[in-house]
Amino acid sequence: MRVTFWGTRGSIAAAGPATQGYGGNTACVQVQADDGTCVVLDAGTGIRALGLAIAPEARRVDVFLSHLHMDHIQGLGFFTPLFRSDIEAHLWGPPSATLDLRGRLSRYLSPPLFPVRLRDLGSRVELHNAPDEPTLIGSLEVTSDAVIHPGPTVGYRITGDGRSMAYLPDHEPALGLTAFPGRPEWTSGSDLARGVDLLIHDAQYFPGERKERVGWGHSSTAEAASFARLVGARHLAVFHHDPAHDDPTLDALVAEVAAAAPDIAVTGAREGDTIEV
Amino acid sequence: MAQMPVELILFRQLATSLAVPVVLVDERSDIIFINEAAERVLGVRLEELDALPYATWTTAFRPRNHDGTQVPADELPLVKAVRDRRPAHGPLVIYGADGVERTIEVTAFPLEGGRGRLLGGVAMFWESEAP
Repeated sequence: MRVTFWGTRGSIAAAGPATQGYGGNTACVQVQADDGTCVVLDAGTGIRALGLAIAPEARRVDVFLSHLHMDHIQGLGFFTPLFRSDIEAHLWGPPSATLDLRGRLSRYLSPPLFPVRLRDLGSRVELHNAPDEPTLIGSLEVTSDAVIHPGPTVGYRITGDGRSMAYLPDHEPALGLTAFPGRPEWTSGSDLARGVDLLIHDAQYFPGERKERVGWGHSSTAEAASFARLVGARHLAVFHHDPAHDDPTLDALVAEVAAAAPDIAVTGAREGDTIEV
Repeated sequence: MAQMPVELILFRQLATSLAVPVVLVDERSDIIFINEAAERVLGVRLEELDALPYATWTTAFRPRNHDGTQVPADELPLVKAVRDRRPAHGPLVIYGADGVERTIEVTAFPLEGGRGRLLGGVAMFWESEAP
């Protein structure tokens, strides 16, 4: 299983020389199985370049959205496979008790925010609630569960080729706790991430920054490290980089996570990098 | 042990910070969390018990009406809220595990997740004056 980062930034795209190392595009991750099965996680601005790399012979794409904040959907309207009449596009997203996924996505994919309506995209678009039971997409098994972040939000666990990965790009499991982590059964995301070979997890803030942003839905370096150790992840890819953090700052942030989780391989997710899981 | 639904985790984290007594049950009406304020009123510490099954807690506190008649388990506000998926309210006289009799007012409501699935229920209660 191969995991490629097309966008690693959180909140808003931050292109420029100061962010070239880790990248400036917002969340988008491609997961590929050895047999060619491919799923896409989130549709931030990074998905534009991924769309250009989708093979002409592809007939189906599956995009799993963690939630509908702009940094996770803004690229949808620029994802070229959605405009191809020979493509069957499946968009999966968190369920809501008040409005279905089509209705929520249409708030963005319609005027005045966007010129083309969701229903007018050229591909055959099908929308689904994120699966709460293991669901096969080709040879990859995908499941989701709600996680702590403002608004309906899910994380994903994907298994294939005998390996596993979890994707929790926006996650604040320590919200409201005086001590973190607690027991796994009382920790958001712990079932999804238990024992995974690769955990892609939010570590947007240094601890001092996090104190000023409680309830914004993100984790600190220390919390990301603690969560990864709690669930027994083998490799932690630090994700959802703050737009205000330049490359040297992110180098320091990743080093801080690594120091807090010395028993786990820790890397900072970099746009364009591929990890063999 | 499997992870609790995130909605219950969030409610537990909220209840931990509240001064009002809060009891949290799962969809089977087993108590899975009691905050410190509720521990004081009920005279128990959940840490010592880990969990309180429905069959135990619905009789352990000997719930009664003000006239002294016993309240059946399926008439307790929290049990009704989970069963009927509607809020429920009522006065009760209970005996805490510390042996102290207390009069309380209970408001209970069901918890449903984003997928519309019943996850459990919450009771918030207040000590009140005996009539």
